[in-house]
Amino acid sequence: MNQPAPKPNSLRTGPDERGRFGAFGGRFVAETLMPLILEVERAYDACRADAAFRAELDRYLKDYVGRPSPLWFAERLTAKLGGAKIYFKRDELNHTGSHKANNCMGQILVARRMGKTRIIAETGAGQHGVATATMCALFGLPCTIYMGATDVERQAPNVFRMKLLGAEVKPVTSGAGTLKDAMNEAMRDWVANVRDTYYLIGTVAGPHPYPAMVRDFQSVIGEEAKAQMQAAEGRLPDAAVACIGGGSNAMGLFHPFLDDPSVRLIGVEAAGRGLDTHEHAASLSRGRPGVLHGNRTYLLQDADGQIQEAHSISAGLDYPGIGPEHSWLHEIKRVEYVAATDEEALAAFQLCTRTEGIIPALEPAHALAHVTKLAPELGRDKIILMNLCGRGDKDIFTVAEHLGVKL
Amino acid sequence: MSRIAARFAALKQEGRGALIPFLEAWDPDAETSMAILRGMPAAGADLIEIGMPFTDPMADGPTVQAAGKRGLKAGVTLARTLAMVRDFRREDEATPVVLMGYLNPILSYGTERFCEDAAAAGVDGLIVVDLPTEEADLLVPPAAARGLDIIRLVAPTTDDARMPLVLNGSSGFIYYVSITGITGTRSATAEDLAANIPRIRRVSDLPVAVGFGVRTPAQAAEVARLADAAVVASSLIDTLAASLDEQGRAGPDSVRLVLDQVRALADGVRGARVAA
Repeated sequence: MNQPAPKPNSLRTGPDERGRFGAFGGRFVAETLMPLILEVERAYDACRADAAFRAELDRYLKDYVGRPSPLWFAERLTAKLGGAKIYFKRDELNHTGSHKANNCMGQILVARRMGKTRIIAETGAGQHGVATATMCALFGLPCTIYMGATDVERQAPNVFRMKLLGAEVKPVTSGAGTLKDAMNEAMRDWVANVRDTYYLIGTVAGPHPYPAMVRDFQSVIGEEAKAQMQAAEGRLPDAAVACIGGGSNAMGLFHPFLDDPSVRLIGVEAAGRGLDTHEHAASLSRGRPGVLHGNRTYLLQDADGQIQEAHSISAGLDYPGIGPEHSWLHEIKRVEYVAATDEEALAAFQLCTRTEGIIPALEPAHALAHVTKLAPELGRDKIILMNLCGRGDKDIFTVAEHLGVKL
Repeated sequence: MSRIAARFAALKQEGRGALIPFLEAWDPDAETSMAILRGMPAAGADLIEIGMPFTDPMADGPTVQAAGKRGLKAGVTLARTLAMVRDFRREDEATPVVLMGYLNPILSYGTERFCEDAAAAGVDGLIVVDLPTEEADLLVPPAAARGLDIIRLVAPTTDDARMPLVLNGSSGFIYYVSITGITGTRSATAEDLAANIPRIRRVSDLPVAVGFGVRTPAQAAEVARLADAAVVASSLIDTLAASLDEQGRAGPDSVRLVLDQVRALADGVRGARVAA
């Protein structure tokens, strides 16, 4: 939002007027929703052009969400890995415990300006659901959160948090009962309640304008990190690393760096039990382009175009698609997309906890798993910036189970 | 003249609206589904809509979702759905067949190849739920080149300003999604239809079919009176689903029960003369 005018040949000008990033994105929704999607786009454009909106958002981000989040030099981790200097962008310190608050705060202000009186959202790990329920409590709006039944079970603390905040949590049993199914059900609710309801999508996916809007609200991560890195090191990082489910924390970190070719951008997908098994969530590494949830993007699908179930230890990465802008950045090779397995993420989770005294969410533990490989390769004169996008309190039960510990 | 245009022209002569029953391909298995399809024209189907199962049917309620799931479990693919139509066409050259589904399986099949194979199998039109007018250029050229109609959807949320854009270049008939909601949940009132169908008529001369929430012969009759066709899906699938055993297998009466219901719906539609 209100970013400086992009340079010619900038990679930051997308999407086009059809909501496309190259061949990806678009607005593949039923006609019932189409007028509403266009209304959201008009409302968002108006907000973006309005300095008063920006000022209001900035105030809430500072005084309620707790921005800017710190940039932390992970000195002990750096020494332990014996390579590049590692910095954490600490978005896990936001109110509600993850980067999701940035987007929810932005969108709920848009919804209020549209005069919408009811909010719905999907959630995987529950982080987006908690952030949405929080903003709804703050503004006194009724809120329904769709969550896959499998996720309801493995993310019990977040389910209870949402309920405490006054949200109605609806478990979704269709499909495998994960994020994809929650998104289907949220869209069904929206179709049935178009007149009063705002669908607060939690990631950089869905029909245009959501991928662009969510990216813009999350770009505060990269913008802050860029300035903080200048202050700390007097230069840009050599690599920026983030985990990817739908891809909102990664897009928020990467977008302000897209036109800085010296900065390698690396997205880490969930390899689950391994990329060569059927149990992973690596849409870019193992998927192919298709259309789901309103946009054209890389998807895990079978030969007949049926969508496959994703798998990851982390409920937040357990999605068979990815934001369309990532698909484009993958095809033009501006961003490198790699993957980390459940086991690697668990190891990184423990490493971070003991070395830095920070319990990361299992999602950024995937990013950290890659950092542990990358740092020694890069050498001591290099700098890695990693988005620590969520805290791991919600995951201690899952981790305990995997470590064979009974709580 | 296309089969769709010919059928609507003939019904206009008869002075009545059309019944368009729906079945999901391979629900609950290939044979049962094929038997229902074969029996539909004699039971009074004027056009037939076949659902192409998809894992993520975002506009469908629990009934059609479950039907798609059964079809996928039975092993249906897009190619096998086309094969059903090809087999049906060996005996029926006149009844128009429209396929309804979601875009991704078609993209995966390849839009050019799909349109070619669908036309060759005897398909007359396509309804693609998640392909709004804004994205229709993906499918309209290859479909038009093979004489396939892309049936446009109009919703209660489609306002008068948007209507011409949505209907620009439409062919076959227009599908009016009569409620803001998913399939098989609520029904539109006669007042809703009486208010909305003229909005479409002002912009297009194509026949208007009404779907979503048409369940009973009386509702079908009312819809056929106000519009040109009534699409009935979820209530037929409910009948089929109720006839299945605990493992989801068809019973001895499954086909007959569905076709009896088609007959009752057809009686309703045929009893309702279009007001002159």
